[in-house]
Amino acid sequence: MLTVLIGAVALLCVSALAAAFCSRWERLCLLTGKVGALVACAAGTGAAVSGIVRGLTQAVETPFATPLGPLRVSIDPLSSFFLLCVFLVSGLAALYGIGYLRAHAGRRSLAGLCAWFNLLIASMAMVVLAGDAVLFLFSWEIMTVSSFFLVVSDSDREDVRSAGITYLVASQSGVIFLFLLFVLLAQPTGQFDFTVWAKAGTSSPAWAGVCFILAVVGFGTKAGLWPVHVWLPQAHPAAPTHVSALMSGVMIKLGIYGILRTLTFLGPAPSWWGVSLVVIGVVSGVLGVLHALAQHDLKRLLAYHSVENIGIITMGIGLGLIGRSVQMPAIAALGFGGALLHTLNHGLFKGLLFQSAGSVLQATSESNIDRLGGLSRRMPHTALAFLVGSIAISGLPPLNGFISEWLIYLGAFRGAAAFSTGNAVASLLLLSSLALIGGLAVACFVKAFHVVFLGEARAIDPAGVKEADGFMCAAMWTGMILCAAIGLGAVPVLGFLTPAIAGLTGMPMATPLDAGPVNGLVLASTLLIALAGGLAGLRWLLLRGRSVETGATWGCGYPQPTPRMQYTSSSFADPVIEPFRAIFHSSRHATGMVGVFPAHASHEDHLEDRAQRVLFPAVRLFARALAHVQLLQRSRVQLYLAYILATLVLLLVWFMARGGF
Amino acid sequence: MRDILIHLALLVVLPPFLPGLIQKTKSWFAGRQGPPLLQPYRDIWKLLRKGAVVSRTTTWLFRAGPVVGLATVMCAGLIVPFHCAKAPLGFEGDVIVFAYLLGLGRFFTMLAALDTGSSFEGMGSSREAAFSALAEPALFLALAIICIPAGSASFQDAWSMLPGAMRFAVHPEILAAAIAVFIVLLTENSRVPVDDPNTHLELTMVHEVMVLDHGGPDLAFIEAGSAVKFLVISSLLTHILLPIPPEGGWVGLAIFLGGTLGLTIAVGLLESLIARLRMVRVPQFLVAASVFGAVGLLVALVGGAR
Repeated sequence: MLTVLIGAVALLCVSALAAAFCSRWERLCLLTGKVGALVACAAGTGAAVSGIVRGLTQAVETPFATPLGPLRVSIDPLSSFFLLCVFLVSGLAALYGIGYLRAHAGRRSLAGLCAWFNLLIASMAMVVLAGDAVLFLFSWEIMTVSSFFLVVSDSDREDVRSAGITYLVASQSGVIFLFLLFVLLAQPTGQFDFTVWAKAGTSSPAWAGVCFILAVVGFGTKAGLWPVHVWLPQAHPAAPTHVSALMSGVMIKLGIYGILRTLTFLGPAPSWWGVSLVVIGVVSGVLGVLHALAQHDLKRLLAYHSVENIGIITMGIGLGLIGRSVQMPAIAALGFGGALLHTLNHGLFKGLLFQSAGSVLQATSESNIDRLGGLSRRMPHTALAFLVGSIAISGLPPLNGFISEWLIYLGAFRGAAAFSTGNAVASLLLLSSLALIGGLAVACFVKAFHVVFLGEARAIDPAGVKEADGFMCAAMWTGMILCAAIGLGAVPVLGFLTPAIAGLTGMPMATPLDAGPVNGLVLASTLLIALAGGLAGLRWLLLRGRSVETGATWGCGYPQPTPRMQYTSSSFADPVIEPFRAIFHSSRHATGMVGVFPAHASHEDHLEDRAQRVLFPAVRLFARALAHVQLLQRSRVQLYLAYILATLVLLLVWFMARGGF
Repeated sequence: MRDILIHLALLVVLPPFLPGLIQKTKSWFAGRQGPPLLQPYRDIWKLLRKGAVVSRTTTWLFRAGPVVGLATVMCAGLIVPFHCAKAPLGFEGDVIVFAYLLGLGRFFTMLAALDTGSSFEGMGSSREAAFSALAEPALFLALAIICIPAGSASFQDAWSMLPGAMRFAVHPEILAAAIAVFIVLLTENSRVPVDDPNTHLELTMVHEVMVLDHGGPDLAFIEAGSAVKFLVISSLLTHILLPIPPEGGWVGLAIFLGGTLGLTIAVGLLESLIARLRMVRVPQFLVAASVFGAVGLLVALVGGAR
């Protein structure tokens, strides 16, 4: 299996190179890039599935060694699961990318897009496959660099460049914590091998706590946890859509993978780890969905929903950790199981939503959703994809998003009853926040879906809007089918995930999730579909042969409604946001109306992210401080040679002082 | 088997009686005669036999809204227990499925309303979204109070574990749960003080304005759906307030019917006695429900599980 996976990664790298070299022939470049990606992703998905089914644990080392030891590639059920997420979602993004990029042929260089795209998939797979810290960090950095170049592919736009810089600064700040973390973890044994770390553990509980905090900050930056999520709402709208789908669907999940992998090194977890992860998750989830409600740009809205969903995943991990620390494996399995399944689910439905948003963007060239409307008649497939994605991401039955949230709920209900007071309060906080998030997510997606797809077009000409092409529709349909299949096939899916969950709960390979409740849930979903189908049939029977007239929408007596009078996303979201206004930095400017017949009135209302308003100036201040170090940089070769000489002399002195030779 | 048949009979036959009873109560309080008790049955029957007029702005979602709305509440009606502690379709976690089924119905109702492109229906949906998002945590906190002693999120376990008589004296947190669920009941069913089903001005409506453009069988589905929804949520409150024997039987049926009708009359009385709140005050009313739930949970945690 490992050979297939390494082969897939190699194929991705080769096709990336090939695409880069044939930049002059755009069709060929697209062909090599995407065919390479599709074949590699198909092979990788198959290998990952069989790796999970067989509970494979395997490792190979390179015959040569770096100064820090040989490089190791390894696989266990946890990494198999994340490989499945990487390859499955990337494959769909690649398929969508064919159609998406075809329309751009001749307008921007496809070679770079194809090459970096494949390299990004390869590096993500390598992050998961890495069996030692050196290879892990190396792949991690390649992942950051390749995604950076994808984000700035429209580099002639000022906002795209600044988004790219924000992303790069955020990623590299996160990596500083990871370097510290890995140095600390290597301290007891002097080795960088993950299996050695997992056996050795850390020297003391205090150090384990420090490592935990470093991991949450470092990996949390990549995952997009509050308040270090600030790069997400900038980078996602800037990147081409199939790249946003990849970054939001898969790349940020590798932050979650990093946290889970680090947890396997740290030994038994005290319960404050779990409680703090629950709190962080709750903050990310609630603030993420509230900020999403305030957005007008579809991709920015989806980016904030990624913050929300990462929050939900983190809550699940927190609950699992609490369960593990108080020796309640059933609750731990529900928490971790919900978190893992939500990781896969989010990749699928977020990919679907981004793809649908990309089709809209491509068809209308309009990023402000308040100008759209009525697109479902022009783009039925895209609209259906967005609807299915909306139901799934809002965690509504019978789709996949509900299954994972339901598992976390189930664990929280049990935990509220079984845990001691402090942990029970954390479970209850999780429970009520998840309910609030659910309600707000429904509001947000009703808003997004209706303003884009329902009603009449507000400020665009709907006649020019065309449905997405065959490749894009194929990718969206596959995503929809997978969302429904996981929702209705929850029993086999959870059985399939058991090895990965068992590894996290620290239990043997017994089935940690009892199938009884899941069976009931699937029965309820099936019944719901049957009832809806039956009622739809009844409606059809009743109306058959009767008059069904069409007319204008009832205007409540107003004779001349125009499409611009329809409710916009801002007007829809206003009463929902109003009780939570304090979390935003809001600025309102209203002139008010003067006189009996007011001639002019204006009202402006801006809601900004407080985290951004604090973090951005802080980073700028730090950058200004660093400008003093720039004195060293003088662009003269002689000076640099002198630096090298000075360093060598210093090292020599240090070596001799330690009693060398 | 007998219990399942009684349950299904209750689910199908009883619901339209409840809005009729509320109306009768309100008429009696206002000194009017009011429409006959069985008027909602006649209304639904009449609407089912009619044709329909649909807006030309709409798509298939407009037609799907009432269908999904009725299907979700019927499915929820199979999950909540009525006259005994067991429902035809009960499993661990059914409490969560129940809440989310209502959410799915609301999702489609809102989309169907927005499909018409009318800004009045937009207002209704937007208010519905805002109020229901705030009602959700209150419902879950109340359900947690009930489910903690049972140790699992299952209606059957929770109702079986509720103490019998004198439950509020021994466990005041159950009273807090009852208050929270009552507020959720009023919100979800668009009753005073959150919404006024009798208002005549579209600008001030919440639920009624969302269904303005529906007619014929669609409107019949919507009317039936809201009646079932009232029964389903009020059955939670009946179980919290009254000691219904877990094994059900005729005693359970009698208590359940008495409780449901009493609750319906109570809602009618409340509607006659108080005015609806201003829109901007409604969120505070809903947060109050969450506060009741949270305080009840603290009492439950400090007092130790039953």
